[in-house]
Amino acid sequence: MRDVAIIGIKNTKFGEMWDNSFRDIFVEAGVGSLEDAGVSGEEIDGLYVGNMSGGQFVEQEHIGALIADYSGLAKNLHVPSTRLEAACASGGLALRQAIFGVASGYQDIVVAAGVEKMTDVSSSVASAALAAASDREWEGIMGATFPGLYAMIARMHMHMYGTTSEQMAEVAVKNHSNGFMNPISQYRRKITVEDVLNSIMVADPLHILDCSPITDGASSLVLAPADVAHKYTDTPVYIRASAQASDTISLHDRRDITTLDATVAAAKRAYEMANLGPSDIDIVELHDCFTIAEICAIEDLGFVEKGEGGRFTEDGETAIGGKIPVNTSGGLKSCGHPVGATGIKQAVEIVHQLRGEAGKRQIQGANVGLTHNVGGSGATAVVHILSRER
Amino acid sequence: MSVPRFWRKQIQRYNLIGTHCRNCNEHFYPPRNMCPTCRRDGDIESYKFTGNGEIVSFTVIRAAAEGFEHQTPYVLAIVKLDEGARLTTQIVCNDLSQIHMGMRVRPVFRKLGDGGEKGMIYYGTKFVPVKPLKHD
Repeated sequence: MRDVAIIGIKNTKFGEMWDNSFRDIFVEAGVGSLEDAGVSGEEIDGLYVGNMSGGQFVEQEHIGALIADYSGLAKNLHVPSTRLEAACASGGLALRQAIFGVASGYQDIVVAAGVEKMTDVSSSVASAALAAASDREWEGIMGATFPGLYAMIARMHMHMYGTTSEQMAEVAVKNHSNGFMNPISQYRRKITVEDVLNSIMVADPLHILDCSPITDGASSLVLAPADVAHKYTDTPVYIRASAQASDTISLHDRRDITTLDATVAAAKRAYEMANLGPSDIDIVELHDCFTIAEICAIEDLGFVEKGEGGRFTEDGETAIGGKIPVNTSGGLKSCGHPVGATGIKQAVEIVHQLRGEAGKRQIQGANVGLTHNVGGSGATAVVHILSRER
Repeated sequence: MSVPRFWRKQIQRYNLIGTHCRNCNEHFYPPRNMCPTCRRDGDIESYKFTGNGEIVSFTVIRAAAEGFEHQTPYVLAIVKLDEGARLTTQIVCNDLSQIHMGMRVRPVFRKLGDGGEKGMIYYGTKFVPVKPLKHD
């Protein structure tokens, strides 16, 4: 197996982009990442694209081919293009498949991208599309929504560990503070704990400001064999681990609804592959689709003991300047959550940080970063570890 | 959900019928044809639940899923049946403040939703508190 490096990155602006179509945003991200890498179209051996539901959001399937075509890689070059789907973990899956392509030796230069255009439909249609990531026949039919499922996780976490609404609100406050410094963020606006607690209740105990938004956006990475990475860039970032795990599709079938066992399993595999542990990680981009999800994730990834996530957050340990900065991009909460793009955007932010080009969000001396991407209420988890050193 | 998709599990939905693995004695609702513990060594049979159980966790949904708008606020819950199976359901109750974790519940036959003017009506199992609610 060959070592793999990231040599190019690009995020589009995240948000409600009325003027830009599905194809506009993925071309912008893809071309941007190729320019960042200094790679020509002729060099590309494959495209891997994370996209949850083009079918429901823009009534378009066959996403891989569309992307190859409008990126100018289909008609003359006939570059193979593959779409990956694992709900909100589609982007993480696309990165993982791209790594397989390069690590195996089948391909050299590949693009790992993610795209979602969610605001061309009404928010109720978008919510219904997202609800299809739960068990449609046995959760969805009972009126379950994603905020509802995570609300049941939150209530149990509060019951078992004494986690409070204020501690959950601190996640949103911190991520908005980070997102305020990120030029691509959907919400560049600071909020307070009171703002969160006074916002409307969506599903008790989750307020609207405990929830990530509906977002348009695309992100792209260019990967190359580590041995040739320096030919393209002075600052390659190396893939140290790629891991994925599954759990039950329904929340009700989990061993413990406050623990995402898929996250625990994927993290364990990733740490073993990289020969690193949680204490070696300098920065994290994790899947804060709801504030409670970030609290569970810092526990399940091994940064704190189970049940301590709320207090750890309240103490500022996940903020820039804390013990383990989490979601410097603003996370899903503030930067936005175009579901298919999120897993790729997380890696783009880590590369920004490891290159030392994250501006006001920069974590000084960051060497090793981790990304954590979740599908549904935790049925899929994907963890990657990236580092400046090979 | 399409009519055939609903219809093929209609009996299980109406009557709270799941499955049971004779090999490891685990019960499943929703029904599973493959035991996740024993896998191909499992021995699956149909099983009708007594329906008694308790609330594991719950939420009051105020921003509804599509098709549930007229029901808000409604209580979504995970209920653990006495045989051990857990399922996602709604709790039918006219005083949301009295619902709590660990509350004993029993099943009731209720309308879940419909497919519009020309669609079918979906029925299934929701739950109600076993003990009468306290009134001031």
